[in-house]
Amino acid sequence: MAVTESSPSAWTSARRDLSGGWRQRELWAHLGWQDIRQRYRRSVLGPIWITISMAVTAVGLGLLYAGLFGNPNDVQLPHILVGFIVWAFISGCILEGADVFIANEGLIKFLPAPISVHVYRLIWRQVLLFAHNLIVYVVMLIIFPKPLSWGSLMAIPAFLLLTLNGTWVAFFLGMASARFRDLNPIVGSVVQLVFFLTPIVWIYGDFLHSANPNIAERARLAELNPFLHFVEIIRRPMLGQSNVWHSWVVVLAITVIGWALTLWALRRYRARVAYWV
Amino acid sequence: MVRIETRGASVDFPIFDAKSRSLKKAVLGMVGGNISSENHKVPVIEALRDISLTIEEGDRVALVGHNGAGKSTLLRLLSGIYEPTSGSAVVQGRVAPIFDLGVGMDPEITGYENIMIRGLFLGMSRKQMESRVDEIAEFTELGDFLAMPLRTYSTGMRVRLALGVVTSIDPEILLFDEGIGAVAGSFLDKARDRLTRLVERAGLLVFASHSDELLGQLCNKAIWMEHGRIKQQGGLREVLTAYKGRDPFLDTATTPA
Repeated sequence: MAVTESSPSAWTSARRDLSGGWRQRELWAHLGWQDIRQRYRRSVLGPIWITISMAVTAVGLGLLYAGLFGNPNDVQLPHILVGFIVWAFISGCILEGADVFIANEGLIKFLPAPISVHVYRLIWRQVLLFAHNLIVYVVMLIIFPKPLSWGSLMAIPAFLLLTLNGTWVAFFLGMASARFRDLNPIVGSVVQLVFFLTPIVWIYGDFLHSANPNIAERARLAELNPFLHFVEIIRRPMLGQSNVWHSWVVVLAITVIGWALTLWALRRYRARVAYWV
Repeated sequence: MVRIETRGASVDFPIFDAKSRSLKKAVLGMVGGNISSENHKVPVIEALRDISLTIEEGDRVALVGHNGAGKSTLLRLLSGIYEPTSGSAVVQGRVAPIFDLGVGMDPEITGYENIMIRGLFLGMSRKQMESRVDEIAEFTELGDFLAMPLRTYSTGMRVRLALGVVTSIDPEILLFDEGIGAVAGSFLDKARDRLTRLVERAGLLVFASHSDELLGQLCNKAIWMEHGRIKQQGGLREVLTAYKGRDPFLDTATTPA
């Protein structure tokens, strides 16, 4: 007996999971909001705390590193701020993605719903957090005006690409770490390391054009870090800098490959998630 | 059409203990030469074996069997939560399960908000739920408590809330797993009326319980589970008689023999 699925093929049921979850967007949109309100329930300022803590971190570290690197505040501060906002989104998708099915064990085992609902809810929550942090960005633009142009609008498709990638990462890591519980701490430490390897605090271009040839040589290695490209495609337009097209190519390639991998994994292992959590 | 059909469906649970669940073991098992049997295979629990059944619209099926016989797992198979590891299971219709009444309920938010979320989980839209909230409030008799956080509720009140939502949404397939015992008697009568009407209106019911009286009132068919297999299925009275070794509906009012 080779018939192991409740529907014609594993492929169909994987697609049905993705689209069925999408149709329940009222549910995950509600839950995503709920998650944020929940975190700040009974606090006076509520979700504004997200904005405030981002502002405090970015200003504090911005001033510190402006001094350390000898950069002017109006260069270093916006650089760190936008870097942090983007990184908060990326790391949120990865870290919480690795936990997405484990954390929703109860719901998965007791309510029949597409598992994609949990992923969409997570991504939506990250999008909302990102929106809260954008307030700090707008304030920054008033204090340190940037030469925004039509090219800055590329930040919008860049963010869409970030969201698309966050979605496949959450599906993939979520399934893998439901099966292999060691993956979660591994992901945690890798993400922390990547934060330092990626030019979020330090300014990539400065080192690339450093007078010291050794440093310039080292800096070029950062190109191998895929996260650099994810940060660059959205930060450069947000700061009014020119777009670097090869970063877009890298990100697009990762999007396609990542989704292909995830669709394969979904097709093969989606039905096992309820057994693994 | 509302219908559940399984053919030769089996459910095996892999049991990953701390060791076999790690990436290390999987990687070492892949490249290393040391192949011990436990490295090679994850032990499984055969929770369900060769389940073949057909439940049609209008059927009200009692699920009986000892603890650990596979009743709860069968209900999850029928709800589509577990897809069978072999064999097939086809579930047609909108499923509303009541397995664990605490799940899907957030203790920090109000009863009203919980009604909304549970309804959304069961496939309703926000609008549909908003139009039903009053009816649910009336049915649950919770009154002002609905504006309180759920953590202030007693177990019985939570059960009322869960039942109120599920019975208000016109599900086509109702799956119950015990837990109804915590409700006050008078409320249960009300819930029973509502359940009976619901099942009469449309859909089907599968109800796992140890209470002969409840099963007698709600069900007309029965499935007897034993060691993950169907031991017997058929009419309620016939199966229950075989299961209990006596007819449970014979002069229940008088003292037992």
